[in-house]
Amino acid sequence: MLKEKIVGILAEARKTGWVMEPQAKSILREAGLPVPDFTWARDEGEAAEFAREKGFPLAAKVVSPAIVHKSDAGGVAVNIGSEDQLRDVMARFSRMEGFAGAVVEPMAAGMELIVGGKMDHQFGPVVLFGVGGTSVEIYQDTVIRMAPLKESDADSMIRSLKGKKLLLGYRGQPPVALEKLKKLLVDFSRLLMDMEGLVESIDLNPVMCSDTACLVADARIMLPPP
Amino acid sequence: MDLKPLFSPRSVAVIGVSLGNDRHPANVIFNKNHLRHRVKVFAVNPKGGSLLGETVYKDVGSIPEKVDLAVVAVRADLVPGVIRQCVDAGTAGAAVISGGFAEVGRQDLQEEIVKIARDADFPLIGPNCLGVYAPAYVDTFFLPAERMIRPEQGNVALVSQSGGILVDQMIKFAEEGVGISIAVSIGNKALVRELDLLRHLSEDENTDVIAFYVEGFSKGEGRRFVLEAVKSKKPVIVVKSGKSEAGSRAVSSHTASLAGDYRVFSSVLAQYGVVEAKNELELVSFCEALSCYKTPPLCGRVGIITGSGGHGAMAVDACSDLGIQVPGLSGPLKETVHQSLSESVAQIASVTNPIDLTGSAVDDDFVNTAVALASSDEVDCLLLLLLPYLPGITSDLGARLSSVYQRLQKPVVAYVPRLEKYRMLIEGFELNRVPVAPSIEGAVLMIEALRRCQPC
Repeated sequence: MLKEKIVGILAEARKTGWVMEPQAKSILREAGLPVPDFTWARDEGEAAEFAREKGFPLAAKVVSPAIVHKSDAGGVAVNIGSEDQLRDVMARFSRMEGFAGAVVEPMAAGMELIVGGKMDHQFGPVVLFGVGGTSVEIYQDTVIRMAPLKESDADSMIRSLKGKKLLLGYRGQPPVALEKLKKLLVDFSRLLMDMEGLVESIDLNPVMCSDTACLVADARIMLPPP
Repeated sequence: MDLKPLFSPRSVAVIGVSLGNDRHPANVIFNKNHLRHRVKVFAVNPKGGSLLGETVYKDVGSIPEKVDLAVVAVRADLVPGVIRQCVDAGTAGAAVISGGFAEVGRQDLQEEIVKIARDADFPLIGPNCLGVYAPAYVDTFFLPAERMIRPEQGNVALVSQSGGILVDQMIKFAEEGVGISIAVSIGNKALVRELDLLRHLSEDENTDVIAFYVEGFSKGEGRRFVLEAVKSKKPVIVVKSGKSEAGSRAVSSHTASLAGDYRVFSSVLAQYGVVEAKNELELVSFCEALSCYKTPPLCGRVGIITGSGGHGAMAVDACSDLGIQVPGLSGPLKETVHQSLSESVAQIASVTNPIDLTGSAVDDDFVNTAVALASSDEVDCLLLLLLPYLPGITSDLGARLSSVYQRLQKPVVAYVPRLEKYRMLIEGFELNRVPVAPSIEGAVLMIEALRRCQPC
């Protein structure tokens, strides 16, 4: 069963056809998935206040119902190291179409992965997992399984990637936090089952996975056409 | 819905025979069952009269006994009435051969017959199909008997949306000596669908392997299919057409773009251990291999025994393409193999993996090597590349090597060129339930079938 708050956010988003990052992350947090400690800053002042509390470096991403692919539109700034830089970024974002603030959060470290969900016509909710980031469609190193996932499915997904060595430890690097990654996949697959009929597809991209943590650094939920 | 009477009927009514045209599909169906099958067959035409000296009944209700299977070959607009008559007469089920339904835009007519059948819990195959070929019972295909290639009776069930593909597959099965328990063409699959057949065939004692040609599933049907396949104790094989994505739909998420319809299909089948055959060669190879080894052990490491180095090298390449391991052998195992060889062969054989026994090998060399490999825990299955033209090889070798599997239970797959003069060698394998492929590639695919049958 979906929590009331999640249903509310999805209903609210129907006007635009998709759920923007801050609301998408709220949904994930409600469902128990690991998201960074972020704020939805409506202006420079709110962003600066968050920075004074959390310190640097920070990432900032524009929030706008008109901008689905934020990187393509220049709406993502990473490794922001000072309040001046942050204010510059916010000023630049504020001139973008449909500007409704920015997500500001601490930089997450690790490998960029994608965890996605899709409502397939023949098979219902399915989970996609693979090497993520902005070049996800270039490398196409992804695997698909039908939801809900068992832990053994999550394990098999990790081991089925061409780039699995990057996750399992390579050239002296420690493996990523595999248990946390598997839990994230399993929990996400359950959320997806509960969202059947309500969403069309979900990108958690990137999910940042280090040897100690996995965090959903960006999220987007597309709704079915009305 | 009980499908059994449709597949092993004791009596059949062929509805829509022509009194003047012997080549009418219904007449072909009537004749072949009347003349060739044990089933009791009744002809039906509203005009009555007689056909080949047999009574033609005016409707199914006039037949003096309750009929198991009605084969309906009347004009599409007459089908609803005929189905009602069948239901009223207590007929157990029907195969509707007639076309002229959803495939030509008459969704309404199709829905009408589905409603009649569903309300009466009446199993209906088709419409727009060939129906059922069950070698021991009945043949509703409207293809004259002398034109058809019939595989032997066996343990593979074939289900196909397309009748043409089904008949083609039957030819390939016959060529490769793969026997079938039943072949069903489901056409528009208006009521009886893949899922119903999967359920039925999972329980069917004559069927050990269930193969499907699928064009696509309806909403949510693929999920129900794989969940049912997992419950079935039998290998399930699927070949799918329509793999290319329709057009370039604008998709705004990476996931929607990367998880296209066919990729999802293929991934989910593998997840649930449903064996996907990518093409017809794979389908026939997989069916043959799995009809011999129904609950295959995981076959990740293969030991290859050959009479020619070139064949061994090609087999290694084919294995490597599919990710099947051809592991090196331990010193002690090599020594065991070496000790078992005849004196002249021991001097020239190359005892690595593949083990090349050379053109001087005799039957005993093959058998002893196979025993040594199958007794070790270094390989999971054996691939035998047999060249029957080698002078030391006799036609007894097939049966002798088959007994290695029977004794040691490590799956064996053989390659033998499929020529009439090598038939006894081939049958020595096949009649003893060891699959034989006519090409190296096909033999490696049989190994792959054993592997793909496991959930990933």
